[in-house]
Amino acid sequence: MAEAILDLKNVCFSWKNSGRKLLNLPEFIVEQHEHVFLQGPSGSGKSTLLGLVGGILVAESGTLLVLGKEIKTLSNSARDAFRVDHIGFIFQLFNLLPFLSIEENVMLPLSFSQIRAERAGKTKLDQVNEVHRLLIALELEEQIANKSPVIELSVGQQQRVAAARALIGNPELVIADEPTSALDSDLRHSFLDLLFSECKKSGTTLLFVSHDSSLSGLFKKEFSMNEINIINN
Amino acid sequence: MINLLVRSLWNRRSTAVLTIFSISISVTLLLGVENIRQGVRGSFSSAVSGTDIIVGARGGSLQLLLYSIFRIGNAPNNLSWESYNDFLNDKRVKWTIPISLGDSHRGYRVLGTNQDYFKYFRYGSKKKLEFYEGGSFSKTFDAVIGSEVAIKFKYKLNEEIIISHGTGKKSFLKHDDRPFKVVGILKPTGTPVDQSLHVSLEGITAMHIDWESGAPPMEGESLSTEDIMRLDLKTEAITSFLIGLKSKIHAFSLQREINSFKEEPLSAIMPGVALQELWTILRTAEIGLRVVTWFVLFAGLLGMMTSLLSGLNERRREMAILRSVGAGPGTISFLLIFEATFLSLAGILFGLLLLYITLFVSQPLLEAYFGLFIPIHPPSFKDLIILGVIILTGMLMGLIPALRAYRQSLADGMTIRL
Repeated sequence: MAEAILDLKNVCFSWKNSGRKLLNLPEFIVEQHEHVFLQGPSGSGKSTLLGLVGGILVAESGTLLVLGKEIKTLSNSARDAFRVDHIGFIFQLFNLLPFLSIEENVMLPLSFSQIRAERAGKTKLDQVNEVHRLLIALELEEQIANKSPVIELSVGQQQRVAAARALIGNPELVIADEPTSALDSDLRHSFLDLLFSECKKSGTTLLFVSHDSSLSGLFKKEFSMNEINIINN
Repeated sequence: MINLLVRSLWNRRSTAVLTIFSISISVTLLLGVENIRQGVRGSFSSAVSGTDIIVGARGGSLQLLLYSIFRIGNAPNNLSWESYNDFLNDKRVKWTIPISLGDSHRGYRVLGTNQDYFKYFRYGSKKKLEFYEGGSFSKTFDAVIGSEVAIKFKYKLNEEIIISHGTGKKSFLKHDDRPFKVVGILKPTGTPVDQSLHVSLEGITAMHIDWESGAPPMEGESLSTEDIMRLDLKTEAITSFLIGLKSKIHAFSLQREINSFKEEPLSAIMPGVALQELWTILRTAEIGLRVVTWFVLFAGLLGMMTSLLSGLNERRREMAILRSVGAGPGTISFLLIFEATFLSLAGILFGLLLLYITLFVSQPLLEAYFGLFIPIHPPSFKDLIILGVIILTGMLMGLIPALRAYRQSLADGMTIRL
């Protein structure tokens, strides 16, 4: 069996100044190429978990392997580099920098990660072609052709640009944090369909976080924060 | 990354432009004040270059400097022609220029002297007086006028002018029975020479020949110009005289001798020393002015920090996005510090541009209206240090929001929500 993308065991985390425990995860494993749905209401420790995986927060105890690498052993800057090399993020809203064009927004991770830049294309032109391929696959052809400014895109279109940015340069893992909560249900499904097919094409593992359990049917595997985080029990 | 910075800044260009503008105003003020200060000092010093000792009747040294060189104030007393002659023939003395003051023409001072004035007087960087038109006076009622006088009253050669008794702007006692003729107009010098009318010592004597204790002669008793020409016009007293030495080594000994001169109470000063005295008086004003400009600069920098800090809140999202695509807190701090540095640098460059434009525009005006010549030269070493301090302060000011952003972006992580 291939190595797990995420392998968390006995991970604990609490804020330094309050001392209140936020997270106590006995075990949480995500295998390669899986599309995983992580459900949990706000305050259930979702954001903390993502912070730990993204290397923004550091666990107090336990092992936290991302792609077999113990995040804790990396220096601060190495963690920042590791994050962009291997993980793409999609947030709930306002994912884009308003002063950059659609293409420039998508290309942002490439300027911070050599690995993803090389995977996206050998030359600048190849990279731009890859950006266009992704954007077209995510049905944004018209917007590139019109050179629409980012702020004039609809929320659904903005989220698709964000998805393209998370996917560019084929990171091993894409973490989507409530990316559809601002979309209505039709758009939600079409967005998920596009995201799934692109992840499948590039073999990317998807960790989809949401409080909305109605989407869970679309995923093969599902976790509930309340079950894996024993702090609330 | 620089591209990112520029684009982000461009997105907030109106605040950025205001910040740059406020810094550049401060820079212009700061360096402008410095320039004017140097210009004022320079124009004072340039009025006496080459003169080693100034001699006048016993009195304050600053007063002597002011009335003999800058035509400010009046002499407490005259000194006798005999005393002048004593030092005229001293072995250590290379040249002398006698100066006789006390009359004016429409508010401008009239200076009685001899040919040595045009031969030995130096201003600026040891420059000689030059004629724009005409030449030196040769007859008793000839006058050579400074450039400002000529321009102000549109005087041309051979024009007749009436000299008033006393130095007030409105004088009721006029030497109108003995008009002078303009025979020479001097080129501009940027010194009080421009504001003076020069006549011969004989001319001064002739004006007052039949006056008694400061009052004009009675009607019908005054001598005619023709009569005066026939007289032997002897100068009995002058106001002060300038000395140029063969060697500066003798300055102190000669000064001491003059100060302890037995025949008449005299004062001798060295212009450089007297000028120092003047600077000491002016220093308080200069410091006050400089403190104000430093405060202006401080306000400008504070304004920059305010705009950076308040911008930070609306840029939290930008920071979070950058964090998610791999930018470390270090990178984000760098962006902010770089932005602050860039803003202060742009402020400085724009300020310099503003300064030089202002200087180029105002230089001829200041010279024409105030006789103040502000030299325009590239920023001095001292200016560069001031500018360096500004950039450094700007960077430090950027450090505060950077530290805040660092902590904020650690706390916000990548999951900021609105």
